[in-house]
Amino acid sequence: MYRYVINRLLFLIPTVLGVVFIIFLVMSMTPGDPARALLGDAAPQAQIDELNRQLGYDLPFFEKYVRYIYQVVVHQDFGVSYFTKQSVFEEVWPRYKVTVSLAFMGVVLSSLIGIPFGIYTAVRQYSLWDTIPSLIAFFTAAIPSFVFGMLLLYLFSLKLNWFPSYGIESWKSYIMPALAVSIPPAAMNLRFTKSSMLESIRQDYVRTARAKGASETTVIWKHALKNALLPVVTNVGMSLGNLICGAVVAEKLFSIPGIGSLIVDRITYKDEPVIIAGTILISVCFTVVMLVVDLIYAYIDPRIRAKYARTRG
Amino acid sequence: MIYLMKNTVQPQVSQTPEKIVFKKQSQAKEVWRMYKKNKGAMIGLVLFSFILVMLAGADFIVPYSAATKGVFSQINQPPSAEHIFGTDSYGRDVFARVLYGGRTSLLIALLATMSSCLIGSTLGAISGYFGGRVDSIIMRSLDIFMSIPDILFTMAVVFALGANFQNLLIALTLAYFTNYVRLVRSQVLTLSEQDYVEAAKAGGAGSTRIILSHILPNAMGVIIVNTTLNVAKIILYESTLSFLGLGMPPPTPEWGLMLAEAREFMRAAPHLLFFPTLAIVVSASSINLIGDGLRDALDPQLKS
Amino acid sequence: MNGEPILEIKDLRVVYQTDLETVEALNGIDLKISKGKTLGLVGETGAGKTTAALSIMRLLPEKTGKILSGEIYFAGQQLTQLSQLEMRKVRGDQIAMVFQDPMTSLNPVMTVGEQIAEAIHLHNPDLSKEDTEKRVETALSMVGILPSRKNEYPHQFSGGMKQRVVIAMAVVCEPGLLIADEPTTALDVTIQAQVLMMIRELRDRLGTSMLMITHDLGIVAKICDEVAVMYAGEIIESGTVFDIFTNTRRHPYTQGLFDSIPSLSSRSARLQPIQGLMPDPSNLPKGCYFAPRCKHCMEICVAEHPRRVTEGTHTLLCHLYRETAVVQKSGGEV
Repeated sequence: MYRYVINRLLFLIPTVLGVVFIIFLVMSMTPGDPARALLGDAAPQAQIDELNRQLGYDLPFFEKYVRYIYQVVVHQDFGVSYFTKQSVFEEVWPRYKVTVSLAFMGVVLSSLIGIPFGIYTAVRQYSLWDTIPSLIAFFTAAIPSFVFGMLLLYLFSLKLNWFPSYGIESWKSYIMPALAVSIPPAAMNLRFTKSSMLESIRQDYVRTARAKGASETTVIWKHALKNALLPVVTNVGMSLGNLICGAVVAEKLFSIPGIGSLIVDRITYKDEPVIIAGTILISVCFTVVMLVVDLIYAYIDPRIRAKYARTRG
Repeated sequence: MIYLMKNTVQPQVSQTPEKIVFKKQSQAKEVWRMYKKNKGAMIGLVLFSFILVMLAGADFIVPYSAATKGVFSQINQPPSAEHIFGTDSYGRDVFARVLYGGRTSLLIALLATMSSCLIGSTLGAISGYFGGRVDSIIMRSLDIFMSIPDILFTMAVVFALGANFQNLLIALTLAYFTNYVRLVRSQVLTLSEQDYVEAAKAGGAGSTRIILSHILPNAMGVIIVNTTLNVAKIILYESTLSFLGLGMPPPTPEWGLMLAEAREFMRAAPHLLFFPTLAIVVSASSINLIGDGLRDALDPQLKS
Repeated sequence: MNGEPILEIKDLRVVYQTDLETVEALNGIDLKISKGKTLGLVGETGAGKTTAALSIMRLLPEKTGKILSGEIYFAGQQLTQLSQLEMRKVRGDQIAMVFQDPMTSLNPVMTVGEQIAEAIHLHNPDLSKEDTEKRVETALSMVGILPSRKNEYPHQFSGGMKQRVVIAMAVVCEPGLLIADEPTTALDVTIQAQVLMMIRELRDRLGTSMLMITHDLGIVAKICDEVAVMYAGEIIESGTVFDIFTNTRRHPYTQGLFDSIPSLSSRSARLQPIQGLMPDPSNLPKGCYFAPRCKHCMEICVAEHPRRVTEGTHTLLCHLYRETAVVQKSGGEV
């Protein structure tokens, strides 16, 4: 088991290398350069070239790449922003924390709302307790998260004035963004959980349990549910990408200083150090979360657990 | 005790065994038959067809100019007889913008879905079928690629290449092809172990032929359902991109853009928020209904 | 043969009703299983054997399966009248069922020990944990599995062993009646023999009555005392194993079943299947259900549904046979 975990963690290394490579690659295809962004188009070319050289922007691709890796790994130095000349780490870190908290809230809320409702609608299939939540979930899943965010803003900020519409001063300002981020995924969770439950109830081993004389409650909660939750756990992990997208959108809508908006802002300035650092942090977070999800899954599914227990390291 | 005595056999009026009537239905017909039974699915189909018709005939309903040229005297007008969806902050007819915006959104979504499906499925099939090193390399690269959240990557790509139709298409394809790789790979892995594949191999069929004629047709069902549902997802994602300023540039009519513009005038002109949202929800919902309907129709275990 | 019946089914009619059609699954069957005896229920797929089993257990699909009429007597109770709560007490404890596919019959996320323990606990809630565990281990060893394996998961067992676990689960409460629905069909032939032998040993040891559902006449010969042949939801022939196997007078369908077994001794070039297919249960013919496929079909077979004819332990549902109380004139139909 440990070996598996170590393996996965070791995989982070090529992941980070790959991510940095991809970002550098994409950036190299992007028009413009930081010097021009800073000095303006009217500035003389010589000045622009000089600034680019100073920033270290104009180095050939591979040299830039290798230097960067070296810098990060050996000196734990993420460099300095082309744009603000501040330490990248100090700029990026607090914003990273904000975004991650938002995404985390999104995961928790969307699971807490979506999964129990999904189970309930499956158990009470075809009744009113099924049709109404399912309908609501269905249409909610068709609303993009930014629209949902705007609706929330409209309702709670403009009309009712309950919550602040921007910034992160108090805990109150986290409520709407958290809702905006979590409701559409909650709808997806509901639908997915429901179909997983329904699938599980149809299985032969449920029939066996009934034949043993188990009550419907036991059959559902003890037998069907345990099996139904397995794919649901994986699904929650997979929806993380969606959640981060929602978080980025929420940052823009609610003017929250998160890492998504930072990257969006700096793309125009080709502020590579910031963009790359931000992307690395998010990618690492992403990978770690996926690992945790896989481990949880491996823990609860004895079939997988056995597979990894056998490769005892 | 009662004994049995057999009748002396009569001159028999033998019945010709009833001709067994096999319902010769091709698989597609069978699926359609199941699909029709599903009310929700049919509603979705009707709705979507209606949408398609409207979009195709947009030119006959309102001219394109109404969507791009505004009349300053008529800014932010609520819905009226002349402008059934009202006008926006530039005086443009919202209905026209919704209609033409639909064209853009749907076109991009359909094209992006198809290209991501093609690329993703091919990769998945190769990876699943050949296994070993090829599989490892593809899946590992995929993992690295997927560790960058879609939105960031799309942002970078769109920014690098510029915001226009083709580039948006490329960005969306790159974002969504990963769905298919995993999906098709797992289908191929399961199906490869089926006996008829062994039989085909024993008959001397080559890899490409096996993949194309034996494995893919059976994976088709899952691929089709996912593709349909992805169209809806891409519509949503694309509007999100436009909202963030990474989609089609103004003044192209596009739902996400319309909503971005509506943001400022939420209080004064809520209709600007309402109609594009309605368009998105109706389109995505009808496609989701179709996708769900297909999934249920293709599911052989349907127990009413 | 003359023991009191532990299970008696009288004129049971069961349908599956969907929005589109009504499927007549059981059309008035009568069954009797004597105490300690094994009845083999033989028939093709779709004849209604599983439906009969599920009806006894009252496990028909909730929304579609309906018992229209008939009675099922078991140990003094009329099962069709019992509430679900009361049936639950019967299931697993007095009547147990083993299903066909062992690969999917066990819950993948629970150990086999837990699943067997569940069966015990459901009907003996006051039993202490140690005692339950002991019974689990006894059950496992009874079916030839090491008791120490009780903490393993189903996927760690082979198909044959899984089926043994299922059987252990079924007999652990020492039910009076064990219903086995094609328990060996999904297994390899060699494993089939092992599992069958084990079932027989268990039955002998515990004195359980058994309803063995199968399409394999070989299994019937090895393990059953009585036989009932089902076709299109009806019992078209029944009797002791000797009646069915050695008697030359048989229902044409039963004859067809025997004829279609490839023979090792005779050198025939062709196999002899029964032509045609079973009738559509949502659209059954008027007369005898087997008429369209019967080599000996007569006019009356198409027009009129046959009545039951009995000789001692042997019963047939066929126009070809008459009880001698009614005198025959050759050349005429009565």
